[in-house]
Amino acid sequence: MSAAAFIVIAIFMLAGAVAAATMPRLIHAALSLVVAFIGIAAFYFLLGAEFVGLVQIFVYVGAVAVLIVFTILLTRRDQENTSGFNWGGAVVAIAVFSSLVWAILHTRVSEAAPQIDPLTVKRIGEVLMTNYVWPLQCVGLLLTAALIGALILVAEEKR
Amino acid sequence: MTPSLTGFLILSAALFCIGLLAALSRRHAIFILIGIELMLAAANVNFVAFWRFSPEPTQPTGVIVAIFSIAIAAAEAAVGLALVIAVYRHYRTTNVDKLDQLKG
Amino acid sequence: MPGEFVDQIFVAAKRWILSLLSHAPDWIVQIASALLNIILLLTFFATLFALLSVLERKILGRIQNRYGPNRVGPFGLLQPLADGIKLLIKEDVVPIRADKVVHFLAPIMMLLPAILALGVIPYGRNMTAFSIDGGILFFFAVGSAAELAVFMAGWGSNNKFSMLGAMRAIAQMISYELPLLIVVLPVVMIVGSLSADAIVAAQEGYKWGIVPRWFVFTPWGAAAFILFFVAGLVESNRTPFDVPEGESEIVAGHMTEYSGFKYATFFMAEYFGMFAVSGLAVTLFLGGWHTPIAWLEFVPSYLWFFAKLAVLLFVFIWIRGTLPRTRIDQVMSFAWKFMLPMAFTCIIAAAVWHYQAHGWAGWLSSFAVVAVVYFALSRFLDTRRKFATRTYRFAE
Repeated sequence: MSAAAFIVIAIFMLAGAVAAATMPRLIHAALSLVVAFIGIAAFYFLLGAEFVGLVQIFVYVGAVAVLIVFTILLTRRDQENTSGFNWGGAVVAIAVFSSLVWAILHTRVSEAAPQIDPLTVKRIGEVLMTNYVWPLQCVGLLLTAALIGALILVAEEKR
Repeated sequence: MTPSLTGFLILSAALFCIGLLAALSRRHAIFILIGIELMLAAANVNFVAFWRFSPEPTQPTGVIVAIFSIAIAAAEAAVGLALVIAVYRHYRTTNVDKLDQLKG
Repeated sequence: MPGEFVDQIFVAAKRWILSLLSHAPDWIVQIASALLNIILLLTFFATLFALLSVLERKILGRIQNRYGPNRVGPFGLLQPLADGIKLLIKEDVVPIRADKVVHFLAPIMMLLPAILALGVIPYGRNMTAFSIDGGILFFFAVGSAAELAVFMAGWGSNNKFSMLGAMRAIAQMISYELPLLIVVLPVVMIVGSLSADAIVAAQEGYKWGIVPRWFVFTPWGAAAFILFFVAGLVESNRTPFDVPEGESEIVAGHMTEYSGFKYATFFMAEYFGMFAVSGLAVTLFLGGWHTPIAWLEFVPSYLWFFAKLAVLLFVFIWIRGTLPRTRIDQVMSFAWKFMLPMAFTCIIAAAVWHYQAHGWAGWLSSFAVVAVVYFALSRFLDTRRKFATRTYRFAE
């Protein structure tokens, strides 16, 4: 059953990602991006990392997607936000994809997933506060700096 | 056929390359940012997949890296979009081909 | 024990229905179990929505010294039937230059998060639809998808008023999402788990035999409950914060170009959002399905949950009938200048209470923390102009 779920979610997510990359109208691309993010969150649930899946929906769909949509709104020029497509990029992307797939298929990996207890939020909290407390503080500092920086960048210039 | 690590890795590679496609072949600044977000998300899927199939999954290292990466990606998206708005206010365009004042 | 039988009647009924399928493979039983939960949840809340829509009009009518609807059925209680028929047979008008796909998907995307959020709330003993480890996080994660739906509604209508209403609505919802999340943090900190079942279980028992151990009876809990309730009011776009949909201001904001069934879907999404937020407030602060008085334990747990939910919904309607609408800049400054600092204070007060071992000293010091910050903020943000004394001149 998990194989069927894997294939369905993979189709859903890749369709959303391809639509986000190739649709001519910007708003449709942004909304397909939301579909792709939800598909990625479903993958995290399938992999047993439920907390990351929930954080993915929370941050990407609830914050990053809303930011993108707001920016599209604020940079409109009262005409269709269409954008041309440069096919050279497609060639590069396909080249990179083939080399990555070649590298993956030539790596020897273990086939079976080990049986683990589900990862609880409590365990993640423990690890964050003991082993990873300094990265946590650094990320807090980074987020504060990003917040202040973004606010300064979009502040209206004083005449 | 249960999904193996190879399946997840190929999937994240595909997602990464779709993000690369979006970042390379579009001229609108926001499309490029969309591509970058897709690439970051693909890398996160890679981390969590490796954590899941690792021989010692009681250490949630991959999951922690993915959580930090999501936080950093959100900060980067915020600053990137603020930059797009600031550039739009100044140059009245979001077409990155037209932002070439430093060209030699 | 007859009390326990009535209390677990839904759980026992579901177990009986699933035993009919015991010969089916495992995944069919799982899907059937999930489907039963969903069907029961949706049926119940759809009925509650219908009932609440007419009760709200009657209660508002009584507050305004008039009868509400009283023609259709006894005491007007079949009014939702008439409303439903009217909305369903109305013509579905879509503007010509509207973005058809986005315009169509917006109501669905607004309803979906509200229904999903209802799935993690414990309605009774052993009666949570989907009990996951990060239940509260799931609730807020799907709740944050509602902002996208509001934007889609405003954009898809190709109408400047809709777009303006949508921007205001999103600004309001994003600003109040922060206090909403931060006041939940003290509860999660004290309980030590994000699971709604664990939070309800941590509130059982009675202090000194009389006062229940609900979080609302602690100083930080009372402040957090009030902040959560106000933030919930704003998130559901209810008066006094219904600038996005105020009729006299911006027609209907982001819902202007919607008619018929799609408008009914928006309406339903707003009410389901109210149910979800009230349900979460009951779970987090009011002790979930626990009994307030020890000798009333024989009343089933789900009845207590719905009694508390009904009280909160009544307060929602009461506030709607009593307070006037606030201006959008007043709404925003209230969120960022008052509610966010108070929310952080609740975290500090909860920590103070916890580390004094929940005793008298803890109660007093955490109350002092909340009170000091509240008075400091009120003084600091006082913008009343000081008028000179009025002098009157009368005609001679």
